[in-house]
Amino acid sequence: MKYQSQAVAKPYFIAAIGLFIGQIVFGVILGLQYVVGDFLFPEIPFNVARMVHTNLLIVWLLFGFMGAAYYLVPEESETELHSPGLAILTFWIFLVAGALTVLGYLLVPYASLAEMTGNALLPTMGREFLEQPTITKLGIVVVALAFLFNIGMTILKGRKTVVSLVLLIGLVGLAVFFLFSFYNPDNLVKDKYYWWWVVHLWVEGVWELILGSILAFVLIKTTGVDREVIEKWLYVIIAMTLITGIIGTGHHYYWIGTPEYWQWWGSIFSAMEPIPFFMMTVFAFNMVNRRRRNHPNQAAVLWALGTAVMAFLGAGVWGFMHTLAPINYYTHGTQITAAHGHMAFYGAYVMIVITMISYAMPMLRGRNAANSGSSQVVEMWSFWLMTVSMVFITLFLTAAGVLQTYIQRYTDDPQPFMVVQEKIEIFYWMREVAGVVFLLGLILYAMSFFVGGAEPEEA
Amino acid sequence: MSQTFTKSMARNIFYGGSVFFFLLFLALTFDTNSAMPDRDNRDAITEEVALGKIVWEENNCIGCHTLLGEGAYFAPELGNVYKRLGSTEAIKGFIRSRPKEGIPGRRSMPQFNLSEEELNAVAEFLKYASEINTANWPPNIQG
Repeated sequence: MKYQSQAVAKPYFIAAIGLFIGQIVFGVILGLQYVVGDFLFPEIPFNVARMVHTNLLIVWLLFGFMGAAYYLVPEESETELHSPGLAILTFWIFLVAGALTVLGYLLVPYASLAEMTGNALLPTMGREFLEQPTITKLGIVVVALAFLFNIGMTILKGRKTVVSLVLLIGLVGLAVFFLFSFYNPDNLVKDKYYWWWVVHLWVEGVWELILGSILAFVLIKTTGVDREVIEKWLYVIIAMTLITGIIGTGHHYYWIGTPEYWQWWGSIFSAMEPIPFFMMTVFAFNMVNRRRRNHPNQAAVLWALGTAVMAFLGAGVWGFMHTLAPINYYTHGTQITAAHGHMAFYGAYVMIVITMISYAMPMLRGRNAANSGSSQVVEMWSFWLMTVSMVFITLFLTAAGVLQTYIQRYTDDPQPFMVVQEKIEIFYWMREVAGVVFLLGLILYAMSFFVGGAEPEEA
Repeated sequence: MSQTFTKSMARNIFYGGSVFFFLLFLALTFDTNSAMPDRDNRDAITEEVALGKIVWEENNCIGCHTLLGEGAYFAPELGNVYKRLGSTEAIKGFIRSRPKEGIPGRRSMPQFNLSEEELNAVAEFLKYASEINTANWPPNIQG
């Protein structure tokens, strides 16, 4: 660790991992509810468990992004963080607000939570991924502003690199587009149209800038390749991301009451969305192959390469699979969507946060550069367990989705939703098994932090 | 990448491309907003429908169902449920009759204990949603 204030990243990373475990526990509950319909009913109905699963994901990824920024920006700017105290304060505010929100989901009916938190004053709740009470949303805005101020001031007073600038653009975009979560008109079509300005412009827009910048940082550090080369790649990748991804929003505007020209705009541009992900894969492997040093933290390099591959498969390939309007007409809102969502989030955002944690945590815990060999072996096992089980979760959900699409939408004799769900139950069982393996992999990942031993030398 | 393609060229493509396509997106958004009145069934948005949307949201219906294909995939699509069940009465009857303790071994919708006013409102909201012009989606009545 080059700067003392980078240490504020540590609680962010610990919270991220803790909430990640919670997210996966609820994922396993949800998977079981798909096949044992009354599991935990009526105490924890599916909608509550799902809300906890998706909201914990978003919150822990935000913890991860913030931790990454607090570690990365001082090092890139070659200066101490503007205010470590503010970073710790916002950490606790965000953690307590997040915990209270999740407890609210679990302990009281959602309608009561809406009433208790005054949703009637400014109704924003009850939309997918934006289920948080309005007051929590306001809290998120406050935390985001304090965070951006802290990061922005640090960049301003120090060295300005492409990596930290791209990260800052991504983070500012994240905060700006979140503001659309406060716009909730009575008109359902308008509501949906701008809801995507948060959801799509986050995950297929500005979050990819954050992803690219963290990946570039870790590759600079672990491969020793010239910064100029890596920064040029970064620009090209994020240029393609926004050139394809902004109009690519149109692939959500096919069937929600918006004009039909979106079927053309959305299909053409989102069909190109895999390009930046493919470039990211080429980039990561190229840099590692051209490395000028063998960094002792091999686990971090594995996670970085894994991110590039899995983001391309999950976001790129599985996204392309159902993005063309004539195909999406049949697959829209089926298990195909769920399959894509799982692998894309894991490959792009879960893995980049773990890449950063894997790279930074040894230093944050007082080591020179890496954990012991035996700790890294455990960590790499957890990489393969989680990644392979996520591949299987995706494949099983894809099989379920293809059958669902066919039986419910495509045949001459379409069957009702619940009839179809029973016919594809076997795939939900297999998905659940893969989900349990994922949880085991995650537990192993958490355990890898407690494996001691001497630090390996740089080869 | 070759030396003729410089970092500043890459930077300019990033800034130029992003700004250009964001402006194009804003233009398309403007056009979409002007075209919406013909498709989004806004004349049907009464106070009751607006209340129904609040009831829909405050009971987190989207946590299990899809609405125009967006939401969770645990329970049936409701964008066309008015057409599938045939009337607002049938929708209200279904919501009203959910067993409190669920159905052994099966998925079941929770009993939300909605008032008559809320039931009417959410049913009217779903009727309004079913009459949005969705380019013939879903492909058939099963959603």
